[in-house]
Amino acid sequence: MPRESEPFQPSALAAALKEAVIAAAVAFGLFGLMVGIKTDQGPTSALVFTTRFDIVGILVAIAFVGRFIFALLHGRARAPFGGVVSRHLGTAAARSAPYAATAFLIFALIVPIVFYSNRYWLDLAILIVTYAMLGFGLNIVVGLAGLLDLGYVAFYAVGAYSYALLAQHFGWSFWICLPMAGILAAFAGILLGFPVLRLRGDYLAIVTLGFGEIIRLILLNWQNLTGGPNGISGVPRPSFFGLPFNSSEHGFAATFGLSYSATHRTVFLYYVILALALLTNWVTLRLRRLPIGRAWEALREDEIACRALGINTTTTKLTAFAIGAMFGGFAGAFFATRQGFISPESFTFSESAFVLAIVVLGGMGSQLGVALAATVMLCAFELLREFDQYRMLVFGAAMVAIMIYRPRGLVSARTPSVFLRGRKDIPPELVAEARTESAA
Amino acid sequence: MEYFVQQLINGITLGSIYGLIAIGYTMVYGIIGMINFAHGDIFMVGAFLALIAFLVLVAIGITAVPLALLLVLLVAMALTALYGWAVERIAYRPLRQSFRLAPLISAIGMSIVLQNYVQVAQGARVKPLPPLVRGGYTLFEGNDFAVRLSNIQIIVVVTTLAAMAGFSYLVARTRLGRNMRACEQDLKMAALSGIDVDRTISLTFVIGAALAAVAGLMFLLYYGVIDFFIGFLAGVKAFTAAVLGGIGSLPGAMLGGILIGLIETMWSAYFSIEYKDVAAFSILIIVLIFLPTGILGRPEVEKV
Repeated sequence: MPRESEPFQPSALAAALKEAVIAAAVAFGLFGLMVGIKTDQGPTSALVFTTRFDIVGILVAIAFVGRFIFALLHGRARAPFGGVVSRHLGTAAARSAPYAATAFLIFALIVPIVFYSNRYWLDLAILIVTYAMLGFGLNIVVGLAGLLDLGYVAFYAVGAYSYALLAQHFGWSFWICLPMAGILAAFAGILLGFPVLRLRGDYLAIVTLGFGEIIRLILLNWQNLTGGPNGISGVPRPSFFGLPFNSSEHGFAATFGLSYSATHRTVFLYYVILALALLTNWVTLRLRRLPIGRAWEALREDEIACRALGINTTTTKLTAFAIGAMFGGFAGAFFATRQGFISPESFTFSESAFVLAIVVLGGMGSQLGVALAATVMLCAFELLREFDQYRMLVFGAAMVAIMIYRPRGLVSARTPSVFLRGRKDIPPELVAEARTESAA
Repeated sequence: MEYFVQQLINGITLGSIYGLIAIGYTMVYGIIGMINFAHGDIFMVGAFLALIAFLVLVAIGITAVPLALLLVLLVAMALTALYGWAVERIAYRPLRQSFRLAPLISAIGMSIVLQNYVQVAQGARVKPLPPLVRGGYTLFEGNDFAVRLSNIQIIVVVTTLAAMAGFSYLVARTRLGRNMRACEQDLKMAALSGIDVDRTISLTFVIGAALAAVAGLMFLLYYGVIDFFIGFLAGVKAFTAAVLGGIGSLPGAMLGGILIGLIETMWSAYFSIEYKDVAAFSILIIVLIFLPTGILGRPEVEKV
């Protein structure tokens, strides 16, 4: 429309000013008491308060200026070009994905060489790959099968406790316990899967959340088995296929004629988790091409159509839960052996939300996106370490912003895994789930 | 027997609080079909605003308890309603046309934001409030056990009943209530018949948040201690209540709230207090599987 191309009409200015005043008033209402008055326990343990109206003033000013500029630039409507730009960005990202993935993989492989002397970066790298693996696992459930799982950390916990208990009570080695942890977690996944088969969308999400909390509460209260809130300490550390990482003459360093260094174990751990994550990634990519993977994608796009086509939604859902859970269990076993100590503290809902945020940020269904998102988010967390209190705030806000501006994630452009003549992007309008079921 | 009656009283008190929160879930679900995951945290914000408002009132010299409580209630309701409005405007309205899971994920993000915002603004430590309302009545005694009905329990139940009555009137008799019911039946038809759907949805969030603020104040008075994390558990339990009563049904939300309150209290009294939250979560799962429409809900028709 021609009027909107002349942004500095007095009426537009007045409208923007009005919007800004409203925004400032709302901001004052929101922050006036909550930020302006800080309550603390005084010397007599009664609550006292101090005022901080300067901060409220700053926040109100930010709201005023921000809304004013936003209203001037965009008018009241949302940016019309935003969607086009982001779609082009998405296509470009999808096209360059193979090169990016290769570069990323090579970088991941040489990380221990580059950062060999820097313990801090190595630990961070292990953490990133662990979360990338969790993201891959959850991606099977959320990204491929479209089942929103808010209790994924339960499988992580099952894997971790399985490893810790099996290794402690039976003295089994990591490589025997690892598949056991995966199998037990997969059973937990099926256990969760059965009751939620009939549920859809939001209900399913809430039930998985309940399941995650139940597992955590059981771990917390079953003192005899799990040690309750104290957790399990002294979980056996990993050995190099039987050679322990210590300075003894039968240790890893002595056997290979190296001088002993504590970094050996860290590097080994890094490669273990990298191998596990790559395995998860590879299995996922292969599964997507199998009938079961296509059934998952069909289920994600439209459950009713899926059933009409004769796909068995029961087994489809159960396998998605079981396989996703199995990889969560692997990651859990790795977590237990790396930490040497586990407690229910590590398996709260916020952990589930964090893994979900990685999947959402990376673009549901995109493997490269998940890996990138894990890197970005954990690095951002480390950078924000000084502003410890604010980082969860930022991360929650990022989740909302991603949903509003790039609901398909940063990288993902949704393309089918299997196609007839030429791969095409699926525009959001064509997907059944894009339309809210307002009639319900 | 005496012990049982006492637990009954405690359970109904607790259930009233859950019921008030559950209404917020059930209304929003009824209209736009999403679980407002941040609603539990809105309740927590309401409790904090009530606490702060109370401290301010004491500081400026209003110490008569009934007057102070009334003022605190009004301030907390108004400001929490503003939070409800802001959350809907920022995090949900832009997603009206987005894919189905988007609003839920956005709501989870908003829940994290609210929790950490309160933690940053007010600190992570628990906030105790000395008991404002003391005293009560001993109903009857027997077997060395006195059944007591405290004044605070009376206040909680009476306030809840008043809020429910006002709210039922609003839904049944006013223009806004009619709009809300129309939107619940069919958003598109409601829009076609001239109802401002966006405004109605906003007001639904506002009313839900105001009721959550009432629940927040009641929680603060009843337990005397709050922290930034109370919203999560209370939210899940209230959601369970909404589902148990039949989501979308207002009397159902209240009934579900009372039932959840009773079950939780009885479970703690007769089984194990450690597993009381497991009980709540298990009920949620069992109800969703075997009774997905709840006690008073309508069956959901699946349309293609």
